[in-house]
Amino acid sequence: MDALDLARWQFGVTTVYHFLFVPLTIGLGVYVAGLQTAWLRTGKEHYLRLTKFFGKLFLINFAMGVVTGIVQEFQFGMNWSEYSTFVGDVFGAPLALEALLAFFLESTFLGLWIFGWDRLPKRVHLACLWAAVIGSNLSAYFILAANAWMKHPVGYEVVDGKARMTDLWAVLTNSTALAQVPHVVAASFVVAGGFVVAVAGYRILRERGLGVLPGRRSVQAVQDATVPARRLPDMWRTSLRAALVMTAIAGVVVAGSGDVSGQLLREQQPMKLAAAEGLRHDTAGAPFSIAPGVEVPGLLSLLAAHDPGATIEGVDDIQARYEKTFGPADYTPNLPVVFWSFRVMIGFGMAAVGLSVLGLWLTRRPRPRRRRGDTAPGTARPVPGWFARLCVLALPLPTMAIVAGWLLSEIGRQPWTVQGELMTAASVSPGVSLGEVAITLAVFTVLYGVLALAEGVLLVRHVKAGPELPPVERTPAGPAPARPDEARLTPTLMY
Amino acid sequence: MTTFWFIVIAFLWTGYFVLEGFDFGVGALLPLLSRSEAERRQVLGTIGPVWDGNEVWLITAVGAMFAAFPAWYSGLLSGFYLPVFLVIAGLVVRGVGLEWRGKVGSRREVALCDAGIVAGSVLPAFLWGAIFGNLLFGTATATVLGGALSLSVAVLHGAVFVALKTTGRVRARARRAALLAAVGAVPVAIGTLPSVPGRGPMWTLGTALLAAAALTAGVTLVWGRREGWAFTATATAIAATTATVFGVLWTAPLPGLTLAEAASAPYTLTVLTWIGLIALPGVIAYQAWTYWVFRKRLTAEVS
Ligand code: HDD
Ligand code: HEM
Ligand code: HEM
Repeated sequence: MDALDLARWQFGVTTVYHFLFVPLTIGLGVYVAGLQTAWLRTGKEHYLRLTKFFGKLFLINFAMGVVTGIVQEFQFGMNWSEYSTFVGDVFGAPLALEALLAFFLESTFLGLWIFGWDRLPKRVHLACLWAAVIGSNLSAYFILAANAWMKHPVGYEVVDGKARMTDLWAVLTNSTALAQVPHVVAASFVVAGGFVVAVAGYRILRERGLGVLPGRRSVQAVQDATVPARRLPDMWRTSLRAALVMTAIAGVVVAGSGDVSGQLLREQQPMKLAAAEGLRHDTAGAPFSIAPGVEVPGLLSLLAAHDPGATIEGVDDIQARYEKTFGPADYTPNLPVVFWSFRVMIGFGMAAVGLSVLGLWLTRRPRPRRRRGDTAPGTARPVPGWFARLCVLALPLPTMAIVAGWLLSEIGRQPWTVQGELMTAASVSPGVSLGEVAITLAVFTVLYGVLALAEGVLLVRHVKAGPELPPVERTPAGPAPARPDEARLTPTLMY
Repeated sequence: MTTFWFIVIAFLWTGYFVLEGFDFGVGALLPLLSRSEAERRQVLGTIGPVWDGNEVWLITAVGAMFAAFPAWYSGLLSGFYLPVFLVIAGLVVRGVGLEWRGKVGSRREVALCDAGIVAGSVLPAFLWGAIFGNLLFGTATATVLGGALSLSVAVLHGAVFVALKTTGRVRARARRAALLAAVGAVPVAIGTLPSVPGRGPMWTLGTALLAAAALTAGVTLVWGRREGWAFTATATAIAATTATVFGVLWTAPLPGLTLAEAASAPYTLTVLTWIGLIALPGVIAYQAWTYWVFRKRLTAEVS
């Protein structure tokens, strides 16, 4: 165990942790903005209640995304100073652009949204949320462009042992980035969709007096005092179906862009592709193992080259070739981890997408009966209880898939930090001692553990409590001002 | 180009210290300025909508250093490994405290959030001064004095901000706190600032004097209940101090490193310049708009 190993652990732990919150921020933000837009356009109160309810969950999660992101911004310099010095010229640019063009937008307009409810005109207030949401998605683009450069460096030359950017446009339109951005962003929508579906499923069960596990009944059906009971299931049904649509569409994009990523791997990172199958030798018509030993002949070739007979390079042969090009070293990543993360990513992720398609079918509206004079659509099908349970139980699947995707992508790239240019072992800060990394790793792990627990408790509590009273029921005017000259003053901001 | 980017980075750090300076002060003063939950909300409400946007000035400053002076970025952060780590740990608990405070249930949990806010404000406010003090002089005394300076000035700046943004008892307490903070800040400032320019170009003497003058003016203005002007004065003092520090760093951003060695290639600096020139005015405009939207003073009466 040396400082390098700990630095790698630290990077892995903090980034995976950051990425537990990021997808929810990206996807849920758009979902909440959609709800608020629906409220503004239709004026229906349940959209407002849903906006506030999911908005609060969004904010609880957003806080964690922000604070863990700050850690990431400093990590490169703290633990990977050799890496930073080598790549800063190229890699720093998208990071700087991310802060300048995305983070300012996101944080400033989110502040306006949180505190602007009764201070801004409704349309302007909604526009603030959209601006923040665009900021989140833009930030994903820039950081993923930076990450894609590490896998497939373009638009640079190496001068005096440092990478120098020659073409920013090439960096920002890297083929790897153009495949990765839709893949990760759409996967984030799958995660957020799965989250909303689980929350809505839980509320549906709770309001019917059902427990999450069959056979167990919850205490009692929860009655919402302010809204006629018959309207409640509708509200959750609406939010459930909206999230199912989001997940299903995102699922198509994930699969399509994942397919493109696979093709690019064959050209750009053959070792990762070989590791993902555990393919030892260059093989024509390479098979794909659904599980160890269960092989579908030609499938890997089909996936990676759209040709069942195509040749896929194998781990050992690539190792031999790399030794000739780059000198003797171990160029093979951790095979079991890469193999399994590939399967978890596709399997769990697509299972969640499949669930959403099933849900859409189960809750479809029957066609209007073709009888004379009867044009009203049929009554909505209720959400089956067993399906609502499934929705809750499936909650971890998309998150496990998205994390597995990153393990595939990052561990599969080892031992390189920049493919073909810089090895991980040469990236670490030379002046930082084992003790220092150990201390920070330990503190981060404990701190992050506590905060994760706290976030979990907060989310569960708010989901259990359900939406607040509709704001329209409150008296619009606050208490009378204490003194006449304070009439113009505003009351304390609540949050 | 190198010079220009050095100035841009100094500007971003200045924006950060001026803006998050008062956030830190407000956070640090929270227990002293408020006696009840309503008053605590009043105090924190002054920074609620803006603190995250202020923090992005830091992220942008650091990101811009990474892009424009990679060796400076990596040398600074790996060289000050543990202090920087403590700064970010502070920012983590502070951010979570601020965002979760209104969403937790019991009093104990609120108190925990408050503890996070206070600790997460005091720690970075002290450490940034300590880091830069150490960078300039390399001695233990300079480290402690730098930290004391940045913490006390942040507290002063924050107290003036609260006085400017609130009414009633909180405002009165904030004024008193500002005057008390000044008792600490002014002597430290007058003691430390003149020694800084000895190491840098001549004009840093001017900015150091401006900083000291602005600080003194700020205190006088608080005394005279001119809070708007007092805030302008403390902001000027922080900006002038940051300018002085970066003026000295200009010759050697890190011991044994020159700017030219640290800089990225001209191509990178040029494209970043164009994008920065277009984007930064926009950022400043919409952040200014935020302050305009939330310009009114806050009372402790809860709606
Ligand atoms: C695919 C998306 C994605 C990825 C791969 C990363 N992030 Fe991130 N990051 C976001 C998407 C995001 C976000 C959705 O935009 C966040 C989450 C919460 C937020 O405020 O923005 C964010 C927040 C966030 C913040 C706080 C911004 C603020 O204060 O408003 C910083 C400094 C970073 N990130 C930096 C990084 C770095 C250096 C990464 C590389 C290791 C990284 N992020 C990976
Ligand atoms: C947010 C999603 C990400 C996750 C979950 C993730 C995960 C990981 C993991 C697990 C490692 C350790 C691999 C190993 O050491 O075996 C790693 C390494 C690394 N990643 Fe990522 N990563 C993410 C995004 C990024 C991005 C966006 C960048 C760059 C902008 C990046 C840069 C690096 C670097 C420099 C390393 C080298 C350190 C190392 O090899 O251990 N990662 N990442
Ligand atoms: C048909 C389904 C899918 C295919 C064919 C697929 C394919 C791929 C491939 C080839 C990569 C590696 C790209 C690289 O390292 O350059 C990748 C990465 C990744 N995948 Fe998937 N994937 C699929 C489904 C999913 C799902 C459902 C999720 C999450 C919900 C997901 C999340 C990710 C993430 C986060 C990465 C890492 C970022 C990246 O490298 O793009 N994938 N995927």
